[in-house]
Amino acid sequence: MNNGTLQIASLEIRQNLRSLAFWAYSILFGGFVAIMFALGITESQIIGFVGLGRLMVTFMQVSMVILPIYILITTVRSVVGDRETNVMEYMLSLPISFSGYFWGKFISRFIEIFIPVFLALLGAALWGTITDIDVPWDLFALYSFLLAAMVFCFLGIGMYISAKAHSQNVAIGSAFIIWLFLVAFLDLILMGVMLKMRMNPEIVIGVGMVNPLQVFRTAVLVLFDPKLTVMGPASYYILDTVSRSVFIVFSILYPIVLGFVFAFLGVRYFKRNDIV
Amino acid sequence: MIGNNNILISAAHLNKSFKNQKVLNDLSIDFRAGERISLSGPNGAGKTTLIRCVLGQYVYKGDLKVLGLNPQTHHEEIMREVGFVPQIPPPLKMTVKEMFSFFSKLTNTPTDIFMEISNNLGLLVNENLKKPFLKLSGGMKQKLLVAFALGRNPKILLMDEPSANLDPKAREIFFDYLKNFNKDALMILSSHRISEISVLVNRAVEMDLGVVISDKTILS
Repeated sequence: MNNGTLQIASLEIRQNLRSLAFWAYSILFGGFVAIMFALGITESQIIGFVGLGRLMVTFMQVSMVILPIYILITTVRSVVGDRETNVMEYMLSLPISFSGYFWGKFISRFIEIFIPVFLALLGAALWGTITDIDVPWDLFALYSFLLAAMVFCFLGIGMYISAKAHSQNVAIGSAFIIWLFLVAFLDLILMGVMLKMRMNPEIVIGVGMVNPLQVFRTAVLVLFDPKLTVMGPASYYILDTVSRSVFIVFSILYPIVLGFVFAFLGVRYFKRNDIV
Repeated sequence: MIGNNNILISAAHLNKSFKNQKVLNDLSIDFRAGERISLSGPNGAGKTTLIRCVLGQYVYKGDLKVLGLNPQTHHEEIMREVGFVPQIPPPLKMTVKEMFSFFSKLTNTPTDIFMEISNNLGLLVNENLKKPFLKLSGGMKQKLLVAFALGRNPKILLMDEPSANLDPKAREIFFDYLKNFNKDALMILSSHRISEISVLVNRAVEMDLGVVISDKTILS
């Protein structure tokens, strides 16, 4: 990492540590874990999910709802916001490369978003250890990687939108539409499409697996529920096509690659166009 | 790195348009080391656009070399040698203390140098260290930005209306700094108030509608 990238990343992190939004976000996830323990969710059982695993699955489902839209809405403003307020004109008159500036922001956002959710998950595992609840460490490891992959993915998409948008309003509108689009393609609607249009199931499932939210959702359950019965027929097709371990690797690598591709396209656009 | 005859900035047939409106119109001009230039002209003349092209922030047509390099492809390298004061201070969220540290690490310049210039310009540095930059008054912001530009001892100093927010005393000290600024460096001052900066410059360039309409050497 070059000096400019490092300085931008550390500056952004310091600034965000002072922001109310960061602490509200951190407390939301930490508080959510605490509330789940207080409500005794580790003692409840639904379709085989029990103990700390039950808590972790619930945590991941909540993360799937909150994280993508939170990442998109907060990230899309970063580059275009600096452009609109003349911050970028000044910062890029300093010895910082365009890509260094872009990746510095990316790295800082990744740390700010991933660390609180990871610490909440780690806190749950440590509390389980202290209170003699079995900690499913394999699940903990998978979920940590999945969270990191999802953050990376949506950060890449967010930074791409931010580099291309001409105003913060356009950026936020675009982010919201993309999120709605991805939510709309979760498996319930896919099933509807399959039934209605009599499409080839492989095509429908293929489309579903392009959706990082669907990949995340399926991967969250795949360790627990080998046949993914809770997810309906779409998941049978997935596991008929690839093995469980291949799917786990795919569910971690695919969002990272997708996020990187979008971030790369964003930085490429950023370098080749007017930046103020 | 520097071209012939100590030319630090060389523009040849430079064109820049925004939505079919030409802002720089086949502009050709050279700026040399040691020159103190006033860049004047009405709003929309192309002064800020030219400065932003030099800073590598605009895509343009034509040929532009800064320190012999393309400002878009060698941006970071060129910016190590450029000090810039913008017309409008950016709303930076970092504190004054963080700014000193940030600029020092980024430009390999000791913090003391920036602090000394800031203090000399009348900014009470120690009393404002914990304040966010954006909460400072317009004059205080300008003093800091001037200190960061001058303290780096750049080969090219670009200032867009740099004294607009300064009080008379700070302006006087600022002008003293500019008079004594590195004689081998190029200084470009973009301003509407030419009479005010005329004592500082040895070349006056006037622009309108994206072209140079007047370019005079001023003998001191």
